[in-house]
Amino acid sequence: MPLTDMSATTLPECQAPRSLSELFFAFNRMALQGFGGVLAVAQHELVERLNWMTREQFVEMLAISQVLPGPNVVNLSLMFGDRHFGLRGAFVALAGMLLVPLFIVLALTALYAQYAAHPMVSGALRGMGAVAAGLVISTALKLSTTLKKSAMGVPLGLGFALVTFVAIGLLRWPLVWVLLGLGTLAVATAWYRLGRKA
Amino acid sequence: MSLLATGLTAADLWGLFAQFLVLSLLAVGGAITTAPEMHRYVVDQHHWISDAQFTASVAIAQAAPGPNVLFVAVIGWNVAGPLGALATMIGILLPSTALSLWATRWGHARRDTRGVRAFTIGMAPLTLGLLLVTGWLLAGPAAGHLGAMLLVAATALVMSRTQLSPMWAVAAGAVVGATGFA
Repeated sequence: MPLTDMSATTLPECQAPRSLSELFFAFNRMALQGFGGVLAVAQHELVERLNWMTREQFVEMLAISQVLPGPNVVNLSLMFGDRHFGLRGAFVALAGMLLVPLFIVLALTALYAQYAAHPMVSGALRGMGAVAAGLVISTALKLSTTLKKSAMGVPLGLGFALVTFVAIGLLRWPLVWVLLGLGTLAVATAWYRLGRKA
Repeated sequence: MSLLATGLTAADLWGLFAQFLVLSLLAVGGAITTAPEMHRYVVDQHHWISDAQFTASVAIAQAAPGPNVLFVAVIGWNVAGPLGALATMIGILLPSTALSLWATRWGHARRDTRGVRAFTIGMAPLTLGLLLVTGWLLAGPAAGHLGAMLLVAATALVMSRTQLSPMWAVAAGAVVGATGFA
């Protein structure tokens, strides 16, 4: 259907969600495809299939959502919705991402409680638990390649990651103190490094 | 006053809610990075759920479609039913959502400044370390079981080197486990 384009910009043409319901169902569709993480699906849907943002815009939004606390994909939904429809858009995108999957996962949990004693079910869950552990470790390994591009440098970056692992994983120190203490030190180091480069 | 059959009091439920409110603001890199702290609170400190239940909660959320943050709702459900799920889910989402909306425009306008860049660069290694801790804790129940340990190692190895959908790994884990090899 031909739409009158009033803004003759030089930027690459992007579509945009035309209504709140279109926004809701787009994010709902993403969530329902995301087994073991939605980020890869979100990139495919928003950039490649719907053409609602450029790859650059996606990377930029992801970077900010990674800096902020909270699930990256939840922050991404909030930001995307907010840019297009303001506060209402933010909550509609968030609802699209969470509402239906929430009911699915709780239904599965209720079913699990009923069938937990069944050896095949408990076995399957044990296998899936082992895979979940492997998936999180593989994500950490994949993301560790980003340290190469970091202004902090690979040795310092790996050092901070390792100390974090030892402090919380092995010594079981509370997260809040490690983030405040080690985090402050890491950010100060990055600040110093950035200053020296400039 | 006791809620449901779980033996949790209203004060316990508020405590759970407050704990997740705080964790929300610490969840740089995703809710999963605070899983070790959730584990410390609901398993080690209060014994509301078992180690195996905690791991199963994460596994169910991983197996189901949707954002991984939903494991938080499953943990809440296992601790105190529907009210528990509401407490943990609203707790983990409320502060980070408010902060996110406020900070989006602020950070977007200042994304090239030294302060914002230093924060991103400095926190990145800690996020990686926390992800490793989470994997380590989730692998806990596998310790001592050869099949399960192999499954952890094989998943980490294959999935870090390929772009394969995690859905296949989860399905493979379910089959291996159901047939009694994990």
